[in-house]
Amino acid sequence: MSTGTTKLDVVVSDVVPINDLVTRFHFRRRDGELLPTFSGGAHVVVEMRDGDRTRLNPYSLMGSPLDTREYTISVRRDDVGRGGSLFMHRQVKPGLEMVISYPVNLFSLDLRAKKHLMLAGGIGITPFMAQTSQLAGAGGNFELHYTCRTASLGTYADVLQQRYGNRVRLYHDDREERIDLDRLLSSQPLGTHLYVCGPAGMINWVRDRAASLGWPSETVHFEHFAAPQPGAPFDVTLALSDKTIRVGEQQSLLEAMEAAGVDPPYLCRGGVCGQCETNVISSDGKFIHNDHWLSEEDHRSGCKIMPCVSRFEGKSLVLER
Amino acid sequence: MAAKTIISRPIYGTLSPQPGKHHLFIADAEGALAIIDMAGKAPPGFFEGAEIVFIPGPEGKHIAALEALKPAQLHIAPSFASLLPRLRQTLTNAHMGLRLYLAGTEGLIGQAMQVALEAGMDHTSMQTEHRGSLARRMQCVHCKGITENVTTQPALCAHCGLLLLVRDHYSRRLAAFQGVCINAEDRTENPPMEEAFP
Repeated sequence: MSTGTTKLDVVVSDVVPINDLVTRFHFRRRDGELLPTFSGGAHVVVEMRDGDRTRLNPYSLMGSPLDTREYTISVRRDDVGRGGSLFMHRQVKPGLEMVISYPVNLFSLDLRAKKHLMLAGGIGITPFMAQTSQLAGAGGNFELHYTCRTASLGTYADVLQQRYGNRVRLYHDDREERIDLDRLLSSQPLGTHLYVCGPAGMINWVRDRAASLGWPSETVHFEHFAAPQPGAPFDVTLALSDKTIRVGEQQSLLEAMEAAGVDPPYLCRGGVCGQCETNVISSDGKFIHNDHWLSEEDHRSGCKIMPCVSRFEGKSLVLER
Repeated sequence: MAAKTIISRPIYGTLSPQPGKHHLFIADAEGALAIIDMAGKAPPGFFEGAEIVFIPGPEGKHIAALEALKPAQLHIAPSFASLLPRLRQTLTNAHMGLRLYLAGTEGLIGQAMQVALEAGMDHTSMQTEHRGSLARRMQCVHCKGITENVTTQPALCAHCGLLLLVRDHYSRRLAAFQGVCINAEDRTENPPMEEAFP
């Protein structure tokens, strides 16, 4: 059961290639009505029906929250992933009818902040597209620092600079431009909130430096949807449903449960929201935790697993599902 | 330490050194002892980046003990009202990395927190420790007047004179407990006034 994820019947209204890796998709409601209101940082889960296989991937909404005639997402092509982004790039064309979830926000702005400091890496720019539109409309105080590999892969860098001028600062890896993070974090006025979205390494680096420099954890917000990693197949016993299932190489544990007719709650399917947290009844083997939800202590204890992104290697695993 | 009765009733902890670039302590009377106790757990050099603002109160104790911590600055103030402009100025000019430590009476903690909230700090990111008197700062919900240092239950509103039940219902915005008329039905009924917040 997908908690809170009431479905929206939409049609793809436009497909716009942005650069070598990123394509933007526009969705409108099939009945022509307005889409539900959302706030900057929200994501939707897109259902990709690919033959007999259905993938459900989360993508941040990047349009202005002030305009709900359409939703837009940007998808970075991942040639070695599980195929969701390739499906979007190759098979989704204008006019295709699709199903997406209602928007859910796990990365919202704290509007009590005096200033919003945003750090984006690569495709992590997308939630900031919506957040900057929201703040600019309300006269909000923000500053965006955006790291990309090269200028041509700086997705929307031109749009952002045009809209917000020197409130946007770009850093290009190929020109050896680096954020002077300690200096940036130490020069922010009291009451600033920090938002970071990008690769896991960047998020960890920023969170770690912010904590060391005295930023309270309440002021540091981050979002990183972990894509479920492929891995060796493994067997799982679902004690409450009295089923034993096999998780395929390209399948997540959550997807395998759903395929067996068991419906755990979910929201993000990216190891962030905590909805699908599942208790482990017994295990003999090694957990491969890929989530950002459970504490390190939970990871070590082997008592809990996030089936949307985490896997298992070993002899036996029994879950309370 | 106050017991949790309803969700708005503040709970205080024990001061502990936080990572940060600057440390601002605000304390009154026996709150100084919370700072001195914490100093035992602080890393070497911690107080070189610290400022202590202290209201000694009528007994005037603990100043020498705070001086002995060798903070970068020690500012002694006669009252909270007198340190308010300085505190506002400090917070206005402060950067992220400043950590706030509040110790002493509930009135002091609440009022300092109120100023810090206005400066954009989150209440959960401040270290607090209650020491000394349990006296409350109370808002009369009828006339909105604030009465300081309320120690009795019920208590008289210093502004409109109503006899008020001092509730655990607390407002962080006002830094005050709510006082509600205890004999609104029959004003001749006067429950005995007891010393409840010594």
